[in-house]
Amino acid sequence: MALSSVLPAEQYNYGIVRKFTIMAMVWAVIGMSVGVYIASELAWPFLNFDIPALTFGRLRPVHTTLVIFGFGGSALFATSYYIVQRTCQARLAFPWLAEFTFWGWSGGVALGALTYVLGITQGREYAEFEWPLDIAITLVWVSYIVVYVETIRRRSQPHIYVANWFFMAFLLAVALLHIFNNLAIPVSLTKSYSLFAGVQDAMTQWWYGHNAVGFFLTAAFLGMMYYFVPKQAGRPVYSYRLSIIHFWALIFLYMWAGGHHLHWTALPDWVSTLSAAFSVLLLMPSWGGMINGIMTLSGAWDKLRSDPIMLFLITSLSFYGMSTFEGPLMSLKSVNALSHYTDWTIGHVHSGALGWVALVSFGSFYHLIPRLWDTRMYSQPLIYIHFWLATIGIVLYITSMWVAGIGQGLMLRSFDDYGNLAYTFIETVEFMHTPYIWRALGGAFFVAGVLVMVYNMYMTIQSTRREQAAIEAKLAAKLAKA
Amino acid sequence: MFDWLMWFTHMENSKPLALAIFLGAFCGILIYVLTGKQRAQRLESYKYIPFDDDELHPPDRSPAKRHSQSRNGDGQ
Repeated sequence: MALSSVLPAEQYNYGIVRKFTIMAMVWAVIGMSVGVYIASELAWPFLNFDIPALTFGRLRPVHTTLVIFGFGGSALFATSYYIVQRTCQARLAFPWLAEFTFWGWSGGVALGALTYVLGITQGREYAEFEWPLDIAITLVWVSYIVVYVETIRRRSQPHIYVANWFFMAFLLAVALLHIFNNLAIPVSLTKSYSLFAGVQDAMTQWWYGHNAVGFFLTAAFLGMMYYFVPKQAGRPVYSYRLSIIHFWALIFLYMWAGGHHLHWTALPDWVSTLSAAFSVLLLMPSWGGMINGIMTLSGAWDKLRSDPIMLFLITSLSFYGMSTFEGPLMSLKSVNALSHYTDWTIGHVHSGALGWVALVSFGSFYHLIPRLWDTRMYSQPLIYIHFWLATIGIVLYITSMWVAGIGQGLMLRSFDDYGNLAYTFIETVEFMHTPYIWRALGGAFFVAGVLVMVYNMYMTIQSTRREQAAIEAKLAAKLAKA
Repeated sequence: MFDWLMWFTHMENSKPLALAIFLGAFCGILIYVLTGKQRAQRLESYKYIPFDDDELHPPDRSPAKRHSQSRNGDGQ
């Protein structure tokens, strides 16, 4: 049980949470800036400058790795280490191992990005790390599990709060996904070949790929949501029983959905149909969770007018609801025939990644930062500015990708009266030029918002240091007088 | 002696069996969560855990007390 005489900053290990929070924002700035750059390359290809390291093919995995594992991963380390301590009322177990997870994870992400720029990659989507880094990441992940589970074991609370269930599912599932997807035969330090081949390889990759979305970018961030939405709202989650059903339904259903990425391929028809059926079923737990989160504000909707952090959190849940409706829709074979291999997919991914993952992380950080540094945010208006820059950016991004993707899909499947293709491939590329410019602009808006947040965060931390220095100076003066 | 184990190796057997186990487990969870007034009160009382840390004094953990908090609190 928490003791009132002990300050939370002393009772808990906040040092590791602070480190991961700062690192998450560092990766956000770098990763998202790279995203804007490669979006601009697609609109204005001269930006390649004929330099291999700057081409889309090399920078794209840099972008995805830095934003998913760098920003998203660090945000999850930070918030999970904070939540597990606060909800278990126990100090983080094995502080030296937690430190190792920080340096191991940050170093792994940085080295991974460097290897991609040099052209060293496994070529597996969202799992491009070559085998030495895969092994290093496995060690870090196992350490993370040990720290987390041992902290839970040492808890003062008899019950394990539901946010921790989501984090534990994420820890276990990501370990399984990472190990099995990366089984490979190394032929040198920088080259390996997958243990799987052909359609089995494709199925393994999308079993990994979709569940990386399901457990890394969904389940874990739901853990974040189940703690920070009630805390920021100052009221408990709408229904705890709904959160239990939400958890188990999500866990039962997600593992089966990966095959919908391989409709109309060599994958047996029944597998992708089964995956589509599970994807449609996933709508129920997803919306159950969204409703549970949003209804937490029931009776206090006025907070949305006065609290910009609440705006971040509730808008993130709205985007979660929207993208988890769009996902099952796109998993239907008939819709997928149009949407697959087009920019609609890119728009869908970003409505989830920017709208859900990034906004819930920003909202949680704005709640977290004043508590970690025992102060107030430097500027409330800057949080509003960040919110609107981010929201406008997301809307520009996803609408331009809908236009590009649906238009591209319709053009690629158009036939004339004689059964010939109505458009050449280059005509579809020309059509997408304008939406690509809007997409780059949307991304720039989003990055501008992140820079505003970094400035706000920097000034908050600096003001804490100034206050601390002033107090120390006063104390020193008093002691000198005495 | 262990020939019966071979039955599980056929996909046409193991797939419906897996479906029955998962569906049965999920239905069991649904029944457990949604039935029983006392259990419902106990489960709902857990939603206050994130706030326990903010309180000056350790809260009373009895379900009845928690339930009265939930009914009187602003969360309902």
